[in-house]
Parts: sequence; structure tokens; C-alpha cells
Amino acid sequence: MKSQKWGSSKMESERRVLSFFIFKWASCHDALLLIGGDMIVNILLRLTWHLLHVTIHLFYFAINIANALESHLISKGLLRRYKSLHISKLQYLAIVIESEDCQTSNVIELLQWLADLGVKHVCLYDKEGILKKSKDFILEKFDGATLFQENDVLLDQSLMTLEFASFSDGKEAVAKAANVLFMKYLKSGSTSSYQGEQIFTESQMGEALKTVGGNGPEPDLLLVYGPARCHLGFPAWRIRYTEIQHMGPLKSMKYGSLIKAIYKFTMVQQNYGK
Amino acid sequence: MDGNRRYAKRKLLEEGAGHDVGAMALLNMIIYCHELGVKYITAYAFAIDNFRRKPSEVQKIMDLLKECMTVLAKIAKHHPIKVNFAGNLELLNTELRDEARNLMGATAKYSKFVVTICVCYCCTDDIVHSVEESCREKHYYHCYIGDSHDDDKDDERPIIKLVDIEKNMYMAVIPDPDILIRTSDEHRLSNFLQWQTCHSLLASLSTDWPEIGVWHLVKVVLDFQQNYDYFVRKRSLA
Repeated sequence: MKSQKWGSSKMESERRVLSFFIFKWASCHDALLLIGGDMIVNILLRLTWHLLHVTIHLFYFAINIANALESHLISKGLLRRYKSLHISKLQYLAIVIESEDCQTSNVIELLQWLADLGVKHVCLYDKEGILKKSKDFILEKFDGATLFQENDVLLDQSLMTLEFASFSDGKEAVAKAANVLFMKYLKSGSTSSYQGEQIFTESQMGEALKTVGGNGPEPDLLLVYGPARCHLGFPAWRIRYTEIQHMGPLKSMKYGSLIKAIYKFTMVQQNYGK
Repeated sequence: MDGNRRYAKRKLLEEGAGHDVGAMALLNMIIYCHELGVKYITAYAFAIDNFRRKPSEVQKIMDLLKECMTVLAKIAKHHPIKVNFAGNLELLNTELRDEARNLMGATAKYSKFVVTICVCYCCTDDIVHSVEESCREKHYYHCYIGDSHDDDKDDERPIIKLVDIEKNMYMAVIPDPDILIRTSDEHRLSNFLQWQTCHSLLASLSTDWPEIGVWHLVKVVLDFQQNYDYFVRKRSLA
């Protein structure tokens, strides 16, 4: 088939490239071993590796400068594309912040930006629960929000609703929900031990999670403020189809980057497996 | 492994041909990972949600899965690779299910390089399945230690712990991944390993899956190495 021939010729050329580099490395390796043994080889390999990473670091530094410039242009309204945001598409926004960088002043400024953009429902997550411990302080300093209650429906309202979450609302909440289901299973008197038989459904699991306070709304978009794109344990049950964007460290957050991330989200189309 | 259909449309290939090239790309990627020294590779081949696609497309993917099993079985005869199939295999037809189980059994003794193919898998189904298994285990324990319907004996009632749930998951056969790659510029997990990727780099590539090559893999590995200390610190605190 045409597709298979194309695929195998591509694979062949890539294998040749890989083999070339492995051969070159092996030849140099053998030559260096003859001259001065393993130590020189290891030092040279390490130096090459470090040099490669310095180059990558400089490349990303240049990218960051370009992004900062673009972000400045967006926040000044000079890029037409980002002028109109269909913010109504964003029903629920989650923000994951690296616990080591959780400065409440930055968090409050970020919330103010979100309020200015018209975002109505926000979940703030950090793994260690530092934001949870500071929630009273944050709600006091940022007077445009109320605390999200478990049974709140996502309606349009004047004040932003704020939810605070941490790692204990994820896996540990699932363990608690499992025990709720287990008690129901014992009380039902069911003695099924057949391996393949289904005992619970996903909706029952969802209900059990709600009982233990671990099943808030599923965010449409999750913004990660940290050194790397990683959700850091945000409750797994809630991020099945959530768009995840990496925003960089919180201390270098930019208003223009926030607009760009929300704009990119509003342009996405999901198939949900179909 | 996103982008098979988009690739086929862009290259004006016949319907389903994108999946053929995608399967080749997966086999290539397994070889590249092996040569780069990666020990565990997991691929999301078929989601439970994918059963909602056209029956002809679902059948095409099942046929490709069978071919991949045959290829992996041949490779396993000459190279010590372990093959796992993670997911609700009861949703597969009998022939595929038996072939998958035979391949897992035949390669169970190897451990140096592990290939896991997720079939009929989704993370929320994995969580529910592991809660069910944990309930069955604890129910057996409950019966064994006798009648605990007496409410005064709450402290003797078996409790499901997080470690019970984690050991009963389909994905418990391998460690949590360091990197999760998604192609076609998609930025969501689509119910794949969100439980296991708490401390993983989520890498998004703009290329479609059939066009993925060794340099994409090298780029992602280098990105991971840039933040290696951070990920090690996060895992050690977990």
C-alpha cells in the first residue's frame, strides 16, 4: 500500500540517521578509549551533554523574550485577533500553581485579571494546600469573589466563585469514596465475587465522590503556573477532557499570555473519542 | 496517538489508511525507545469512547491490533520484550482477547523492556474497576474475619486504602510515566492516565502521529531533562 511504503521508507531513513550517529559515537568512543580510557570519554560526553543543554536553555530564553513581546502587544490591544474573546465558552477555569511559588499577592493579581476578563468560576489548586490555608486572606483581599459551595450550579452571577483544592481532594478523596461504595456493597448483601461482573458504575463513583466533597465541576481549561507542564495531582476524576496550558512560573505571569491561553481554548474543537 | 485521520485526509489516502501508517509509527517508536534506553513505553491504542466511531473504523482498528500482536509476538521470540495489554479486555472479541492474554503470558518472564498497549481503556473506568476489585478483596477479608454487621465494631471493619486502589488498577503493572506525549497539537489528556501523571511532563507535539520520528522523541527527552531536578523533587515529596 502507498501509505505503508511511505512509512517504511521514512523508518528506513530515520534508522540510517540513528545508526550513523550511534556508529560515529562508537568510533569516537573506541578511539578515545585507546588514547586515555573511560574517564576522558565520560568527561567529554558530559561536557557535550551540558553544552547541548546550555544551547537549549538559550533557545528557550529567546523564545521567552519573543513571547513576552507578543504578550505586551496583546495586553495593549495591538493584535486584532485577541481583541474579542468568547469568554462565555469558558464555564469553569482551574489554575494549578506550584506550591513553592505560591505568592498570594500574585494570586490576587491573577484573580483580578480573570475578573476583568469576565471569568465567573475559578478553582485554585496547589499540591501542598498552601492556597487552601490562605483562602480567608485571599477572599478578604480580593473582594470580587465568594467561596464555591459543593452544590453550586454554574450560573452567571456578578461575583466570581472561588474553589480551593489540593492533593487531598484527588486520590485520597477517591479512597474515601471507595469506602462509601464499599459500605453500600456490604449493606446490599451482594455476594458477587465474579471477577468480570460490574458492581459499580462511573455515575455511582461520581455520586460517592460528591458525598465526600471530592467532585466539583470539571474545568474546561486548566492553566499551569510552574516550571513545567504538569498537573501536579489535580483531581483525576475532574480533568478527563480538560484543556491543559502551561503558563510558566507564577512570578513571571503576564496578562497578554493569559488572554492568549483563553483565546486558544475558545478555538479548540473536541471529538470526545468519536 | 492523535492525527491518523487528519493525516489520511491531508495526504488524500483512502479511509482507514491513516491508521495503517499510525500502526507503523507505533512500531517505529517502540524501536526508537528501545535504542534510546527507555525501559517502559505505553501507548493509548483504543479508548472505550472510540467504540462510538463508525463500525467499519472500529473493525479496522481491531484488525490492526491483531496485526500488531502478531508482529510483537514475532519480535518477542528474538528479543526479550514484555508485552502488557491494559484495559477492559472483556470488551474485545474472544479471539483478540485470547491472543492478547497468550502474548502477555508468553512474555511475562521478561522485564528489561516493557511495552504496554492500552486497549478498551479509560482512566475513570480503571479507577472504578480498581475500586470494584478492592471491594471484592475486602469483602473476602470481611467474610473471613467473621460477622462485622455489629455497628459497635467499626474499628474492625476492613477499610479500602489508597494503596489498595493503586495496586488493583490496570496500569499497576508498570511505574508512573516520566513523560506523556500527545500529538496533533492536542492539549488534553482525554481520560488517559490522569491518575498516573501527577508528576509527569505533559508534552504536546504539533505533528500528527503517523509523522512522528526519532527527533521528536529526542526533543521531548531533552525537554524532560531540562526540568529533571524539578520532577525528581516532586516525586520524592509524593
